[in-house]
Amino acid sequence: MKVLVGYKRVVDYNVRIQVKPDGTGVVTDGVKLSANPFDDIALEEALRLREKGLAEEVVVVGIGPADLTAHLRNGLAMGANRAIHVQTADAVSPLTAARTFLKLIEKEEPGLVILGKQAIDDDANQTGQMLAALWDRPQATFASKVEITDGKATVTREVDAGLETIEADLPAVITTDLRLNEPRFIKLPDIMKAKSKPIDVIELGSLGVDAADHIKTTHYSAPPKRSKGVMVKDAAELVAALKQKGLL
Amino acid sequence: MTKILVIAEHLDGKLNGATARAVSAASAVKPDAIDILVLSDAPDAVAAEAARIDGVSKVLTVARSENAHALAAILAPQIAKAAVGYSHVFAPSTTFGKDLAPRVAALLGVSQVSDVMSVEAPHSFKRPIYAGNAIVTVEVDAGSTVVATIRTASWPAAASNGSAPVEVLGIDATLPSHTRFVGLQQGKSDRPDLQGAPKVVSGGRGVGSKENFEIIYKFADKIGAAVGASRAAVDAGYVPNEMQVGQTGKIIAPELYIAVGISGAIQHLTGIKDAGTIVAINKDGEAPIFEIADIGLVGDLFKILPDLEAALG
Repeated sequence: MKVLVGYKRVVDYNVRIQVKPDGTGVVTDGVKLSANPFDDIALEEALRLREKGLAEEVVVVGIGPADLTAHLRNGLAMGANRAIHVQTADAVSPLTAARTFLKLIEKEEPGLVILGKQAIDDDANQTGQMLAALWDRPQATFASKVEITDGKATVTREVDAGLETIEADLPAVITTDLRLNEPRFIKLPDIMKAKSKPIDVIELGSLGVDAADHIKTTHYSAPPKRSKGVMVKDAAELVAALKQKGLL
Repeated sequence: MTKILVIAEHLDGKLNGATARAVSAASAVKPDAIDILVLSDAPDAVAAEAARIDGVSKVLTVARSENAHALAAILAPQIAKAAVGYSHVFAPSTTFGKDLAPRVAALLGVSQVSDVMSVEAPHSFKRPIYAGNAIVTVEVDAGSTVVATIRTASWPAAASNGSAPVEVLGIDATLPSHTRFVGLQQGKSDRPDLQGAPKVVSGGRGVGSKENFEIIYKFADKIGAAVGASRAAVDAGYVPNEMQVGQTGKIIAPELYIAVGISGAIQHLTGIKDAGTIVAINKDGEAPIFEIADIGLVGDLFKILPDLEAALG
């Protein structure tokens, strides 16, 4: 079985996001970029399936500009067999990303596609579900446990009510939640090894993907700030303050 | 004509309160009609509840045995068919809606707006990105169906004084058998529901263990609050996943939020920034939670919580 993994590059989760004063975007010049944390979890899960003998090949897929290569090399250093770089200068919407994956799926015929449940930049939480719809295959979103047996995936999902378990025939799309696994660290020798692993570069325009976006972002603003409050010295003062506000 | 189809979320024959919040967002669009769609194996009780929500024009029901569990792969093709003639399709931004709505949007061939915080115009919305550290205004093409999830913490639940008619909707959709429900392990709790509760007490890593979490439960019960947790507390196994509050857990807006032993990572703060009053109790006076807390108390939670209970009598 081949496993396709979405591997998006985002602003690192530790960066304090600043909105540009003119409202045209957020400051990304010079900020640290990293793999989307949920995508690291997706890659880790794929690698574990390969280590268990349930998958033969793990392919990381990135959609982005020419300099995405270094990011994809990290995915290869973590252990992916090869990478596909769908090159485009523009940011793509979740729908375009899903349509792009579908094109790659037609060519690669994976048994499983694992994506992060959301990217921590746009927080959209859409691509996996959209891909599963367009592919007409099962989706198992927000996965915290995955078992593959006899052409099926049994997936435990983190839902608001608790833990839901579903069974999905393969091929299928799985999106990862935080507690699925803890991604491994990249070791120095693996970085050297990754240099000889193949990266296929495909122009997004050559895939014949409908990249029309129905949604335009017209303005960025900083969120309203909560003002710093008061400090109380003990439990009695706290109770008094809450009673005064009518909260207790 | 602006017509909005709101997808009802329900479990065990009960309507989820998030649905009435999605109706509030639908009302803000000022549409000609708001219809609620109930997909279930036995929709009657849920439909009756939905029919009482203010502002609802009618409730549409689809009863099929395949709809016994909310599987997106099963529900989405039915919603895509039901959506014909509607300008907007709304679902709550809960795990139910997040799982389902993008699948519907893709079937309709449109993009989706996630986590609508405010309605600027019928095709223009505000939504958070970067864990709420930036807010964007987005515009959906005039000719496109708007498929959106509604950030429940941004909207009050619409009241329940209405009496909309309930109609059976016939949908001819072939449903897949490739996805099957196996089971749902629900947190059993007599406490208020975390997402709708007016008071929430949350514990973090500072609580220290699963056993120590009892002190959080005890205090929450004393003031009639729901119980939540930070990601650190969930990851450490102190409490189950459904209690996680934050960017990737539940986004809540209680009147009173008491954070106990929570340092206040950005990812946690994004889950509570709509709360009315935030109280922080932490032994580290430098913890970032104090930057946004309305009332802060520095000290040992194992001493403060019993003191609070005593002070409450």
